[in-house]
Amino acid sequence: MKKGLKFNIGGIIDEPGNSVETKKDGWRVHKPEVDYDKCTKCGVCAMFCPDGAIFKDKNGNYKWDLDYCKGCGICAQVCPVKAIIMKEEEK
Amino acid sequence: MPLFGKFKYGGKNVISGSDAGAIAAKLCRPSVISAYPITPQTIIVERLAEMVNNGEMKAEMVKVESEHSAASVQMGAQATGVRTIGASCSQGLALMNEILHVISGLRLPCVMMVANRALSAPISIWNDHSDTMASRDTGWIQLHCENNQEIFDTVIQAYKIAEDKNVMLPIMPCFDGYILSHLYESVNVATQSQVDNFLPAYKAVHHYLDPKRPITIGSVAPPNCYTEFKFQQQKAMDKALKVIKKVNSEFSKEFGRSYGNGLVEEYKLKNADTVLIGMGSVCGTIKSVVDKHKGVGLLRIKSFRPFPTEDIVRALSNAKRVAVVDKAFSFGNAGPLFTEVKAVSPVKKINGFIMGLGGRSITEKDIEFVIKNAGVEKNFWVNVNE
Repeated sequence: MKKGLKFNIGGIIDEPGNSVETKKDGWRVHKPEVDYDKCTKCGVCAMFCPDGAIFKDKNGNYKWDLDYCKGCGICAQVCPVKAIIMKEEEK
Repeated sequence: MPLFGKFKYGGKNVISGSDAGAIAAKLCRPSVISAYPITPQTIIVERLAEMVNNGEMKAEMVKVESEHSAASVQMGAQATGVRTIGASCSQGLALMNEILHVISGLRLPCVMMVANRALSAPISIWNDHSDTMASRDTGWIQLHCENNQEIFDTVIQAYKIAEDKNVMLPIMPCFDGYILSHLYESVNVATQSQVDNFLPAYKAVHHYLDPKRPITIGSVAPPNCYTEFKFQQQKAMDKALKVIKKVNSEFSKEFGRSYGNGLVEEYKLKNADTVLIGMGSVCGTIKSVVDKHKGVGLLRIKSFRPFPTEDIVRALSNAKRVAVVDKAFSFGNAGPLFTEVKAVSPVKKINGFIMGLGGRSITEKDIEFVIKNAGVEKNFWVNVNE
């Protein structure tokens, strides 16, 4: 058996909330970049993010947790003021 | 007026194979019935519905719109932590196929009766084993019955095998449509207390609904762990070989009936040069023909999955010729039972006979033909107009 993996019968997951263990940064080709001058802090991007990777910081600015951003670009698509652009990520 | 004739618990009754299956299921106290009627399995569902309707059976009868839904509902119900019963055959079983894999993969100990019927096209409502053979790789245990008493007994045993902590796999008790499902014969119907003694109330260990223990059922397994889950399923199948034997002997102690060692039944094999191998009701016909011959025996395969390799090898150790009777065919190759027996047979002179497809009668004359041609270097389609 591989280390660190648990093989419950039938693939049952009995430890809730373990999706944080699955990082998505390796999926990403494009990375969101935000123009905070344009941003109105409406929060639509955070609502639409399928991975819950967008959060509000102390100053009310929306930030990206890049460990869990898979680069889908939905935030850029839904932003009403087009403050987010998806830029190819350099390795 | 009830369709269902009166019968008595704890005594002999003349009932059909479907009745036997339905009464046995009732005595096992399932909480949910999920089945969609299909000929020739319909009577099972009717009987269960009737018993629920007249208050004899305390179970929820879920009306579904297809077999795909029937299997899905059974899966969902079982996953909440209760005992369930299903039934199907033929096109219905084929439609269930997707869910059958999910049920076994989730390791839910469901029991679903199958009244074996041929597959379309052309449409045939009559018996052969094409439907369960096509479900061979779904990960379900398959136990094939020879007569109505065995149907009754196998359904009760099935729950005990499926729910064993070393097994946790779904089971199909299989019996020939019409030939058994619509045949009335004497069946010893057990009492509720006998069955309760043998089969304790279901207590789900892994899958149950409890807000204090939130779980995910039906998770994703990436390439780094999928193989392990499949390996676990195979290990459970290996363990099922022992558990089926154990449950067969426990059943014998409680009810005084057993079927070979639970996996295979050996009939007059001691001094047999020629051994016939078959499954299901045809074995009754084979036995009556074997009785008229010297040096001929029958090995009946009761458990097709898991496949009892060791028992087959042992049973064939004195044989010189082996003939395998198949009521199904794998197009482009040979009969599925023949192919599998041949793979493990210590006897080189082995051949296969395709017969009884789509409900064609298998007569004693046909079995005589099998005995006469056993072990020759050719497979046969018996009784076919070429």
